[in-house]
Amino acid sequence: MTDTSPNPNDPLAEPIPLAPPTSQTQDIWRQFKQHKGAVLGGGFLMFITLFVLIGPFIWTLEATKLDIRAKDMRPIVWGLWSDEAKVGWNHPFGTDQLGRDLLSQMIEGGRASMAVGWAAMILSLLLGTAVGVLSGFFKRLDFILMRFTDLMLSLPLLPILLVAVTLFREKLSKTFGIETGMFILIVGVIGITSWMQTARIVRADVLALKEREFVLAAHSIGTRPGKIITRHLLPNVLSPIMVSATLGLAVAIITESALSFLGVGFPSDFPTWGKLLADAVQRMNLYPERVFLPGLLISLTVLSVNYIGDGLRDALDPRMRGR
Amino acid sequence: MLTFTIRRLLLSIPTLLFISLAIFMLLQLSPGDPMAQVPLTVPPEVKEKMREALGLGQPVYVQYWKWLVQFFWIEPLVFVDWATANTWWAGWLPDTGFAEGKLRVISWQTRGPVMDLVIQSLPQTFWVVGMSYVVGVAIALPIGIYSAYRHYSVFDQTGTFVTMIGFSIPPFFTGPLMIWIFAVQLGWLPSKYNTVLDVVDWDTFVLQMKQMVLPVMVLALQTTAQISRYMRSAMLDNLKQDYVRTARAKGLKEGVVVMVHVLRNSMIPVITVIALGIPAIFGGAIITENVFAVNGLGYQLLIALFASDIPTVMTFTFIFAILIVLFNLIADVLYGVLDPRIRYD
Amino acid sequence: MTMKSLTLGSALVLSMASMAAAERGADGNVSIIYWQAPSILNPYLSGGTKDIESSSLVIEPMGRYNQDGAPVAYLAEEIPTVANGGVSEDLTSITWKLKEGLKWSDGSAVTSADVKFTADYCMDPEGGCAQLAKFDGVTSVEAIDELTVKVTFGAPKPNPYGPFMGGQSPIIQAAQFADCMGAKAPECTEANFGPIGTGPFVVDDFRPNDVIQMSANPNYRDPAKPAFATLTFKGGGSAEASGRAVLETGEFDYAWNLQLAPDVIAKMEEGGKGKAISAFGALVERIEMNLTNPSPDLPAETRATVAEPHPILSDKRVREALSKAIDRDILVEVGYGPAGRPTCNLVPAPAIYASDNTGCLKQDIEGAKALLDEAGWTDTDGDGIRDKDGKKLSLLYQTSTNAVRQDFQALIKQWWSEIGVETELRNLDASVFFGGDPGSPDTFQKFYADVEMYANVFDGTDPQAYLAAYRCGNEPKPSSQWQGENINRFCDPAYDALIDELAVTGDLEKRGEIAKKMNDMLTKDTMTIVPLVDRGRVSAHANSLGGVVLNVFDSELWNVADWYRVK
Repeated sequence: MTDTSPNPNDPLAEPIPLAPPTSQTQDIWRQFKQHKGAVLGGGFLMFITLFVLIGPFIWTLEATKLDIRAKDMRPIVWGLWSDEAKVGWNHPFGTDQLGRDLLSQMIEGGRASMAVGWAAMILSLLLGTAVGVLSGFFKRLDFILMRFTDLMLSLPLLPILLVAVTLFREKLSKTFGIETGMFILIVGVIGITSWMQTARIVRADVLALKEREFVLAAHSIGTRPGKIITRHLLPNVLSPIMVSATLGLAVAIITESALSFLGVGFPSDFPTWGKLLADAVQRMNLYPERVFLPGLLISLTVLSVNYIGDGLRDALDPRMRGR
Repeated sequence: MLTFTIRRLLLSIPTLLFISLAIFMLLQLSPGDPMAQVPLTVPPEVKEKMREALGLGQPVYVQYWKWLVQFFWIEPLVFVDWATANTWWAGWLPDTGFAEGKLRVISWQTRGPVMDLVIQSLPQTFWVVGMSYVVGVAIALPIGIYSAYRHYSVFDQTGTFVTMIGFSIPPFFTGPLMIWIFAVQLGWLPSKYNTVLDVVDWDTFVLQMKQMVLPVMVLALQTTAQISRYMRSAMLDNLKQDYVRTARAKGLKEGVVVMVHVLRNSMIPVITVIALGIPAIFGGAIITENVFAVNGLGYQLLIALFASDIPTVMTFTFIFAILIVLFNLIADVLYGVLDPRIRYD
Repeated sequence: MTMKSLTLGSALVLSMASMAAAERGADGNVSIIYWQAPSILNPYLSGGTKDIESSSLVIEPMGRYNQDGAPVAYLAEEIPTVANGGVSEDLTSITWKLKEGLKWSDGSAVTSADVKFTADYCMDPEGGCAQLAKFDGVTSVEAIDELTVKVTFGAPKPNPYGPFMGGQSPIIQAAQFADCMGAKAPECTEANFGPIGTGPFVVDDFRPNDVIQMSANPNYRDPAKPAFATLTFKGGGSAEASGRAVLETGEFDYAWNLQLAPDVIAKMEEGGKGKAISAFGALVERIEMNLTNPSPDLPAETRATVAEPHPILSDKRVREALSKAIDRDILVEVGYGPAGRPTCNLVPAPAIYASDNTGCLKQDIEGAKALLDEAGWTDTDGDGIRDKDGKKLSLLYQTSTNAVRQDFQALIKQWWSEIGVETELRNLDASVFFGGDPGSPDTFQKFYADVEMYANVFDGTDPQAYLAAYRCGNEPKPSSQWQGENINRFCDPAYDALIDELAVTGDLEKRGEIAKKMNDMLTKDTMTIVPLVDRGRVSAHANSLGGVVLNVFDSELWNVADWYRVK
């Protein structure tokens, strides 16, 4: 049925320009700005990034500093409706069961979570997209790459993690120092074990796309495969990749906390959003703010990336632009 | 397509053998000790004897070969024995005793056949994880389709918001939260899954439904979020294609345009995700199963991993691998059905 | 712990139970939840606590330890002692006599042949019996008559209560397990999943790693017991979820071992459906000091072995300073609440073995600083971390993953930083940490860290084997595949002499004295082991469940026959 659809490259399909021509980048930016969600998401992401980057300079309390006498303090707003609540301006978001300041933990934890989340997500996207495109486009590679994907999908995660730690932890922490070494290990492990779904999806789309007329046309005029992939295929598989990116970010942030639980992650006193959330679950009904705050930060970050992805997709789609 | 399928099925055998070897080597490399859970009060010499009794001292290739024989030869024989003795479709055959006296794949934790563990855990896994997947997909598809069709409507915005929040909040939090609300505060639903409940009449059926609600809800949230996002994005891509305009111009009804033309072309990524998700049902839902004590396949695999119970982990993972290979093959075949231009030969 | 108070106690329990329910099976169903699911009901094939305790509902030993650690006769007529002639004067044999008229749940009689078979079963060299240590030193087990069994040891055995005593060593039926000896033991799935026993319950359905359904044993020796007709034993979930199921939702009657922070348990108790109970045994959470150098720069052959003494911790003053800096009261408050008490002893119970050592209980930051100054560790570069000869006072502190342990790590790190010690924390998954895989760098035996924290205890009430672990040469090392119990690599000939002395001393008082001396050598004299908290066990039961007596010296379900429903 798609065989009857007109050539999408038909110039007549474009509306007649009413304004002087603008560059493509300007077009994309203008379209992106019109997407309210994307702008809000971008704004929030910027805020969060600044919050975790400059935060420690403004709120100088150390995240790992214990003050057992000031344990279990509540956020300052609790003081509004409960006189008995233990609150204080020195800990505006309250403290945990060992008296660690929640605000500085969220700032410090955000640094780690954002860094791990983004790095692991990008690594997994790059791997997934590369495997997917190569496998979908080159018939010779398809079998071997997809069977490799099957293999990676079948391997149980826990032994992989433990093996990775046994083999690489000491070497990495010796070369890069403890925290950087751990960071590389965590990002590597999450990235390497989560690219398969993206690869399968991208491959499926590429399989369909490469039989479409515009790709056949590109072939017939002698465009080299590399060019076809970057010019024609990648832009058209962008939307599933965007979805994978959003979901991947959430998965990476949460997986990181599971890793530190298994002793594969950062040292136990090194806060991350995922770990703050996981640690607070036990006392969820006693101190709801401790699950609520990190949970909210993770959700909002993921949500804003999702909106940015939406906006970007709309902006990059020539058929949406100018509507 | 048929030759493709047959060729791929045949090629699956060496693939799976290779995967089994890879899993085995991974488990060998991985640190861990079946004696880790034995209390420290048991002296090391005794632990060493226990390891020997498990066959741990044997060379690696012997252990692998033993597993291969047990899994590919003795377990099928056991199945044949069972079928000829107990089923209506093969019961008329004389009872066979092929597997008598032969050693099956034995778990190091239970010292019982691993296959019995699989069979024992399958029902609750299908009830909970399988059902949550069905529910998740059944909700996700309409949400995805309608969100894309009414792009940026209130429905779309709400759907996006809820699914993304649902996805970014992990089950280790939503599980206890649901228990706290529905089991502790309201007292409507049980917090623990009763695996020995026999559904024989209406009352027990209601009980079964009640105990499934919480775990299914927690799991379906994740499935729904994921699949509806892919569905929505694929629909969005296709709704703007020229063939849609053509179809509308031809005077086709809107319903036909969306539900037949657009949906069919948008299914490819969704089929991929679903095909990856079905084997995952067998893999179980480790965290959620643990929170609600469903003790399905995911839980069995989890404790086998922690106990370094290699035969169990190996068998579970390998069955999982078979399903992965199989469903990815089905997905590949379905691509060709959905889009006839996709050809593999 | 005298025989008198013991009989009084059990008589009390007995009368209470008989008041509540005089008829077997009158109280319906009782449900128990363990957050670790039992895998097998044969404790000889699995050392796991979950398996030992779940099987204790079905199979019973000759005698058990009660809540005070005193022996109580179960299948035996009485506990053999030197006084009643059951144990020979030279301590080389013990004679057990079965109660008369005992029946297995299938109706056949329990005889001395079953007892003898149990010993043969476990001592079979190919069986891989998990409780082999219980039969350590046994040279022969002979059935003297229908009901009498004599166990002979190769050497005098001051504590002859290894075989057939306690939940680890119950009597199994010879008829059922006859074909399961040695290498065949793992093949007897049916027997391992449903042993025929003498206990208050029989197995109806066992689903490994999930749930056990049981019903009252029709042939149980007390016709009025158990009060419950059926029993559901559910496994799985987490300590938190099982605590909730008993204390907040009331779905279960009994939850085992709630390893949760005290404020979490207190909040759960507000649910009003049940109460948490605790009891103390000898389980001690401690910091172990590594006396050998775990530096990764050393070759694998000598790393963390006695060939390389620890550059920092070999100095007793440093170890003592580290102990002084710790405020054990806060640790207890944060981690265990009423279920923990600060301790300075490796052996905090039973009373006759517990030293009066309390020197560590008071935190002394200044004293710790002075000790470090004296040892030559000073902060020369002003970065807050002490150093000596260009080496920083920096330690790697590892433990297994567990919320309370991570809290302890954070607190102790803080205190150590106050005295100028830098600490790097590491937590490892328990299956790796406690696993003996010689290929893994992260096991507690390998000890590739400066200090590590975990808890340990001894079976029953006799600490002899526990203290004997710290013998010279018993340390994990490459030549022993990193197996060995002397985790700290402690070595003192005087200590070894005491081990030998303890092994031949029969007099209880004398034994206590030696054990205390050994305990002090390891703790306050050398600070090799820094005990932190004497950890109690916390379990929870529903308000409607009566007769529960928490016992940490034996299976928690030791007196399940006496449980009843509060009306």
